[in-house]
Amino acid sequence: MAIDLLYFSWVREAIGTGAETLDPPEGLASVSDLVDWLATRSDGHARAFEDRARLRAAVDQVFVPLDSPLGRPREVAIFPPVTGG
Amino acid sequence: MIRVSVQNEPIDVAAEFAVLANGGVGGIATFTGVVRADDGVSALELEHYPGATEAALRALAEEAVERWSLEVAAITLRVGVMHPGDLVVFVGTAAVHRAAALESCAYLIDRLKTEAPFWKRETRGDRASWVEPRDGDLDAAARWSKI
Repeated sequence: MAIDLLYFSWVREAIGTGAETLDPPEGLASVSDLVDWLATRSDGHARAFEDRARLRAAVDQVFVPLDSPLGRPREVAIFPPVTGG
Repeated sequence: MIRVSVQNEPIDVAAEFAVLANGGVGGIATFTGVVRADDGVSALELEHYPGATEAALRALAEEAVERWSLEVAAITLRVGVMHPGDLVVFVGTAAVHRAAALESCAYLIDRLKTEAPFWKRETRGDRASWVEPRDGDLDAAARWSKI
């Protein structure tokens, strides 16, 4: 099932694109599992997802911890902590 | 009434204020954030998550309207490339009495800095860097959960 992936800030820059549509393998249980799979796709992905403590995620625009169940989302966004200050 | 805008265009404070003043209320409080030039910053860029940023700001405004019985809550965030002196955010609240307007205005600016998804990149000379989250902002947002 295809998922729209969105990346922001330095995650986007490391990967080299702000959006891609991918068809991950079945059986990814959590958002973290999805990130593990994404990290294998390129050197840029690996670099962007190296330090999990610096990553945040939203599933279908709802902010969730990385260990949340993935479910069957249409859209997953991965990004650094927000910096409004 | 709630008005939320995320825009590339400059913030028009007079137009923002007019929305609040039309509420026919007793008190209006506003906060306007201005791009600082500290440490030689020559440009500030805000990146946002289209759709999710607007939804987060709307949820905050709805919370404030409920908690302080506001007549109007308005939040406008400018995104894209800005320069020192440009207005980056406007928050306005209108209520029957001043305490509700003042408190809710402070609440909205504290919370939106930690809860709305946007990211800042500062340019100094020919170097651009992403801003790291600041503990002070988290502390400012956290104080509202204790009241």
